[in-house]
Amino acid sequence: MTNTNGPDKPPAAPPPTEQSASAGVAPGTGRDAGAAGAGAAAGERSANAAGAAADANAIGAKEPATAGTKPATAGTETAAGTAASSAAAGTAAAAESAVAARTGRAETAAPAPSAPEAVAAAAPGKRPLVHRHHWLVRVTHWANAVLLAGMIASGLQIYNAFGHFGRRGGPFYPNPFDGKPFPHWSTLGGWLGAGLNWHFALAWPFILTGAAYLLYMAFSGEWRSLLFRPSDVPRAVQMQLYYLRLRKQHPPQGKHNALQKGAYTAIVLLAILSVLSGFAIYKPAQLSWLTALFGGYELARYWHFWAVFLFLAFTVVHVALVLLVDPASLRAMITGWYRGRFPSHD
Amino acid sequence: MTDPRSAGRRAPGESAGRLSRRDLFRLGLTAGSASLAAACGWDGGPHLGPKLHAVSLVNDWVGEKLFLSSSRLAPQYPVSQRTAPRDFPAYSISHPLPVLANPATWALEVKGLVAQPQRLTLEMIQALPRVRYTVKHHCVEGWTAIATWTGASLASVIALAQPTAAARYLRFDSFDHGYFNGWDWKSAMHPQTILAYAWNDRPLTPAHGAPLRLYAPIKLGYKLTKFLTAITFTAERPGGYWENIGYPWLAGV
Repeated sequence: MTNTNGPDKPPAAPPPTEQSASAGVAPGTGRDAGAAGAGAAAGERSANAAGAAADANAIGAKEPATAGTKPATAGTETAAGTAASSAAAGTAAAAESAVAARTGRAETAAPAPSAPEAVAAAAPGKRPLVHRHHWLVRVTHWANAVLLAGMIASGLQIYNAFGHFGRRGGPFYPNPFDGKPFPHWSTLGGWLGAGLNWHFALAWPFILTGAAYLLYMAFSGEWRSLLFRPSDVPRAVQMQLYYLRLRKQHPPQGKHNALQKGAYTAIVLLAILSVLSGFAIYKPAQLSWLTALFGGYELARYWHFWAVFLFLAFTVVHVALVLLVDPASLRAMITGWYRGRFPSHD
Repeated sequence: MTDPRSAGRRAPGESAGRLSRRDLFRLGLTAGSASLAAACGWDGGPHLGPKLHAVSLVNDWVGEKLFLSSSRLAPQYPVSQRTAPRDFPAYSISHPLPVLANPATWALEVKGLVAQPQRLTLEMIQALPRVRYTVKHHCVEGWTAIATWTGASLASVIALAQPTAAARYLRFDSFDHGYFNGWDWKSAMHPQTILAYAWNDRPLTPAHGAPLRLYAPIKLGYKLTKFLTAITFTAERPGGYWENIGYPWLAGV
């Protein structure tokens, strides 16, 4: 059903989006159902892969899979790509990708520490299709991206009214932008009053989507694959060594590697700090205890400002890594479905 | 002041009701595309601008009902922390500064929905219970400065005038080119809200609103009407000079 384990399609094959769409409407396509389907499809595949390879070209090239016949077509599709060279090779590929599909769902498979590494090293032709992001994660991700852009643009508009950090008469805290207004194109509002109104109107949805995301993380258990913990420190070092080309093998990983966990944990903390410092400068008299925690109004405003550049730096690196390292994750954040180098979900 | 976007004569609850679910959806949708497509200083245009202002009125409600405490005091500072007088900015609408031609004839009118309308001279106000504090001034622009202010508590003036049960808001008028502000009841009754006649222990200068100005460390600077001439108690929410153009109305800090 959902785990088609397909190789790269021949040119005439239905486009991936079409396939993911039909996978999406299959009954019981939830995570657990998908896991069960993986086993079923894999079993069927080993039984009939060789036979199916005979007419694989026709099926792989023409027939869009329907929900009901999906396990069968999934199996034959796997063979299809490799059948071009030899039917025997196709059977081997099917068996290997069946393993990949199983190990990709660690909760249903026997623990195999080296398995994720094998998956990571898997050639593109053997990657399973897995459901990666719940709709709530996708919606809040894109909503927050848009809202944050508006928050930053209107925030820069507000900054332009007084481009210093510190009390009147100084001294001012170090700021490379001290006294320099941000260009018109980077701002939202056009003048201080509208900038404030934008900022305070977007702040509530920004907080609500962030809270919805965190609540989902907490209650779904998904936080386990995202929260950076002390045990991730040595893994993060290994990952960094790999990126620096001081280590040849990609370190084993689950849904995210240790550096990603660090980044995604840090960005949540940054968002929380932005919201808290925002309240500290919004109500410095009523919430004076909060403002004092940030070192006073001027420093709270300072940290609130620097958060902007941390957000921008994160976004640049985040988008660059998505496009360079794992472009399949972009599709996963849009449709929820992932077919890429790191199919494990842990 | 006569801006069509003015919501000056509207109660907060009424304004909040004007924001439909579809408006909010449209707001979010447009906010996104607007900010992504390099905002270019867009103020929301003729359609979204008023909606943004409506959200601002919701924030006024939140600011008054959830954040504002009628007894919590803004932090006070030692006199040694004062900002140097030359570094404390002073804004006015009129240029040059508005100055009374004949200070001896000046008096503060207290009127509107009150049982006992008042006409208070500076001497009468200075005879009222005196409040003095050294606090931080928060400007909407983002700057801060510390100064000592001395004046009569507004609550004592309100007690003299005996407002009727219908009075819910206060309007402060000035002789600075029609500058005025509307205030909520809770902020007006706050113990740190005063009619100030001294700044840094000296009589108020024209730059800071002589002979009498409204002061409170719980609101942004533009709410602290200088060059006072009258206080009017109203049932309807008064707007304000900047508030009618788009600044937040409550502006509580």
